[in-house]
Amino acid sequence: MSKRRRGFLPSWVPTLLVAVLLYLLVVYAQKSGKITTYWYQVIQLASITAISALGLNLIYGFNGQFSLGHIGFYAIGAYGSALITKDFLVKWSGMRIGALSWIIAGQVGLVLTLLLVKWMRVGAVRDRLRAGLGAHLKGHETWVLTTIVVLLMTAVAVAVGVLVAGQLHKWLVLALGKILLPLPKKVAQQVVFLLALLNGGTMAALVAFLVGLPLLRLGSDYFGIATLGFAIMVYTALQNSDMVIPTMKGARGMVGIPRWTTWPWVFGALVLSVIIIRNLIHSSHGRAIMSVREDEIAAKTMGIDVNQLKTVAFSFGGFFAGIAGGLYAHLYGFLHPSSFNMIKGFDPLIIIVFGGLGSMTGTIVASGMFALVIEGLRVLLPQGFEDWRFVIYPIFLLLIMLLRQQGLLGTTEWGWLRAPLPPERDIPVPERVVQPSPQDDEGEEA
Amino acid sequence: MRQLKILLRVIVWAIYLALVVGIVLGIVSLVRLNGPIYFLQAVIDGLKLGFVYALIALGYTMVYGIVRLINFAHGDVFMVGSFASFYAITQYGWGFIPAILFAMAVCTVLNVVIERVAYKPLRDAPRIAALITAIGVSFFLEYFTALRWVFGPDYITFKRPFKVVVWNVKGVLISNITVIIVVLTIILLLVLQYIIRMTKVGKAMRATALDKPTARLMGINVDGIISLTFALGAALAGAGGVLYAIAFPQIWTFMGVMPGLKAFVAAVLGGIGNIPGAFVGSLLMGTIDVLVVSFLPMGSRLRDFFAFFVLIVVFLVKPTGIFGEPQIEKV
Repeated sequence: MSKRRRGFLPSWVPTLLVAVLLYLLVVYAQKSGKITTYWYQVIQLASITAISALGLNLIYGFNGQFSLGHIGFYAIGAYGSALITKDFLVKWSGMRIGALSWIIAGQVGLVLTLLLVKWMRVGAVRDRLRAGLGAHLKGHETWVLTTIVVLLMTAVAVAVGVLVAGQLHKWLVLALGKILLPLPKKVAQQVVFLLALLNGGTMAALVAFLVGLPLLRLGSDYFGIATLGFAIMVYTALQNSDMVIPTMKGARGMVGIPRWTTWPWVFGALVLSVIIIRNLIHSSHGRAIMSVREDEIAAKTMGIDVNQLKTVAFSFGGFFAGIAGGLYAHLYGFLHPSSFNMIKGFDPLIIIVFGGLGSMTGTIVASGMFALVIEGLRVLLPQGFEDWRFVIYPIFLLLIMLLRQQGLLGTTEWGWLRAPLPPERDIPVPERVVQPSPQDDEGEEA
Repeated sequence: MRQLKILLRVIVWAIYLALVVGIVLGIVSLVRLNGPIYFLQAVIDGLKLGFVYALIALGYTMVYGIVRLINFAHGDVFMVGSFASFYAITQYGWGFIPAILFAMAVCTVLNVVIERVAYKPLRDAPRIAALITAIGVSFFLEYFTALRWVFGPDYITFKRPFKVVVWNVKGVLISNITVIIVVLTIILLLVLQYIIRMTKVGKAMRATALDKPTARLMGINVDGIISLTFALGAALAGAGGVLYAIAFPQIWTFMGVMPGLKAFVAAVLGGIGNIPGAFVGSLLMGTIDVLVVSFLPMGSRLRDFFAFFVLIVVFLVKPTGIFGEPQIEKV
């Protein structure tokens, strides 16, 4: 560990300057026509990918849970938010805010169900039943009875959740209608967009929670494979989504999504994600999250609830993927399941490994470079050689991995993203009083 | 107390009875609805697919067992095997057996080269580095072979080098393709088992999988053994590629992705690193695949969904797969 000096300026000043400069640069380039609309979109897409990759970095880089299913959460966020905004535009559910209130009510119902399961102390009941019955009955009989009791209790919780969600939907339609519809159209659009993005994020986070709860106790590779399976399940479900919600159009691709994503939105979301993840990582929870990566057993020994932290980090990561997905959906106004297939699914993983696992700066830089390589090759390659793009890109990947195994930046961070230095002490540290011992004196003389 | 105990017992057995009756009724009604012939046909087609999956899954499971690497490029090696035999048959007019041997040889060379170039330099790096290069190699094989002057990006119809004969056994259709797949796969598996169980090289492979540093101390050429593992896996995948193309005669350069993933899942189902496990898992996977397509409404659109759903369910019940040994947490 090299010793860090306290800089002349607080570390957030140069970081803020760079961020503002980057933002203004893109705005200026777009306004003055220095970059085409195509490149403007590429920049936005790179930033969106960075948000998603930051989420994965939280899961894999900081918490050490090898997830191959990040694209699934991205897809859930994209479709979830697109349903809401498309509804606002074309009323596919019959009302302008039908989908919005259903999605909010559904999530509240789900959270309520989960809380009820917790409050009813299903786990404790199961354990007590198992102990009580186990003394008298055979193992498999105990298992069947406890499972049935647990299922019944869960069913009660689910029923309550569904009932509450149904009721809440009615209220929400009334309340949101009163608040949103009288607003001027421009304002209402932006509010709906914000709500849609947040809902996409929370939907992804809830799914991540539900998926992560049972799967996270698997070992590293097994968890990766299970999440890969999850991503493929999401992909297949999206291809057949028109069987449930016709407006999602399944394999034909969802059209008619408003193109509301703009550079300020993308940039704002990126900055917010960075701030949230940075502050989380450098909080005491964040340190606990990182301790799980370093050594699970040691973390357990220190009294850290490993499973809880894994689930929290996984849900947070899913949340950012969901937000990124929402922004992506409204960037092009068109969603197709093939944008969320396996080949695309490796992108965030490649980015975070390339940028350095556990380095937010690395992730952001790598997202930019990733977009630059993919799109730059499109420009650089001569006519007739477009197919070579994905031939050269894996060679790049190979060379980089062979030359720099720890990624571009390793785990180093830049500027404000670095771990904060301990506060300067007001109380002077008592100087160590070293009393010269007589032997030393003798030694000097001799 | 005694009565309560009996009551609980009765409840449990009533539930068991209900479950058994439900499952039996379900199967009976499915069979009645479509006829028992249809059911048997689906199982046989599923086993046919499963035997091909087994050939791919073995390569995955052996490589994982020895270097703990999910070799994502394995599915693409399988694809190269299909194309190699296609060219051997159409361009050079070779027979079926030479074509298979040719495909196996091409895949072996390819996989050993991949191992030397992309994985060997990263043996001491974090495992994720090798995984990323595996993904890179996979992309490279897919997109490079999709270039116009390599294999081309289009679907190609595979010309079978023999006539298809279909036997009608009391209504169940069995073609000579199924027979060839089953017989060839079993022969290859026996050869593999012989190599691993009976020969000195096989002993070295098992030792390397168990403990690399100790194996090296015992005078085993660990790098050579790892290359040999890749070579064996690739030879099986090459044969699998030919058999897959014969069974489903449409080949293109992305054909390896899904069978590769499913074979990998099958290897995990059986307990990764375990060769009989991979075989059983593959048969299970193939059967589930075809049963879903045959019996569920919209099955052909949801087959991948169910394949991975089964994986997750198995993970929840037995996280290390059917034949996997429980992982021991070492401090």
